[in-house]
Amino acid sequence: MSKLAPTALRALNVGDELRPLTTAPISRLTLALYAGASGDHNPMHVDIDFARRAGAPDVFAHGMLGMAFLARMLTAALPMSALRQFGVRFAAVTQVGDVLTCRAKVVERLEADGRPLLRLELAATDAGGELKLAGDALVAVP
Amino acid sequence: MIDKKWIGHEFAPHSTVVEAGRLRLFAKATGETDPVFSDEAAARAAGHAGLPAPPTMAFCLDMDVPDPFAYLAEMGVPVQRVLHGEQRFTYHAPIHAGDTLTYRSRIADVYDKKGGALEFIVKDTRVENQHGRPVTELRSVIVVRNPAGAAQ
Repeated sequence: MSKLAPTALRALNVGDELRPLTTAPISRLTLALYAGASGDHNPMHVDIDFARRAGAPDVFAHGMLGMAFLARMLTAALPMSALRQFGVRFAAVTQVGDVLTCRAKVVERLEADGRPLLRLELAATDAGGELKLAGDALVAVP
Repeated sequence: MIDKKWIGHEFAPHSTVVEAGRLRLFAKATGETDPVFSDEAAARAAGHAGLPAPPTMAFCLDMDVPDPFAYLAEMGVPVQRVLHGEQRFTYHAPIHAGDTLTYRSRIADVYDKKGGALEFIVKDTRVENQHGRPVTELRSVIVVRNPAGAAQ
């Protein structure tokens, strides 16, 4: 895979971006598979009859599915062992059919316990540019 | 309104085994095609001690109890009124297929905004592996949407 080599990771500067990740359109099959894989069996995500009875027009994606896509972008570029912290705020609901694009940008170089770290700003947006998840990650530089 | 007595409440710990098949299904569900997340030989070749759990998996395995939303019912919160507001992970050590994880959760805070129209539950969870080593800490912020007037 196209992981950044340690030298490339050390060379990242404020303003640099990781390679973005664009998902396939979120399908009902994706939500069914994610319900089983994640263990989150909340019927609002997979049972349209239940969702309609609860007043929703349709099922909608698990927020944590969007976070898993952000995680895929991070682990595609970085060694997983470098990840120190990873957080998101769920800004808007992801609907069936949405295509998410995940982005990460270096916003700070810092040090903790004498070791260099990068702070990344993360975002997942739909094709119309609506922000679905906003987040940050703290990554150790080798 | 959620009783503030819940702040500091600790829930009974639970343990679960990280199964390789679960990790493979998670990779399929999330469109992950890197064989490191589905093929143990590829994982070992990439330097992992086994099939690794991806970064958000520790949250999912906390669902491996008969009713993962029981704590909300215990606190008097109807599950159809909640939204996942925020989620944070702090990583201490890797998780691999075959590990046994133990989860210990407590309510770190309960607060409200907009005169009680929105309430927030902050739940902190510590995850240890079978060697007693802390692997991950989780912080979940759950948003409760209260109907108008219910706050009073």
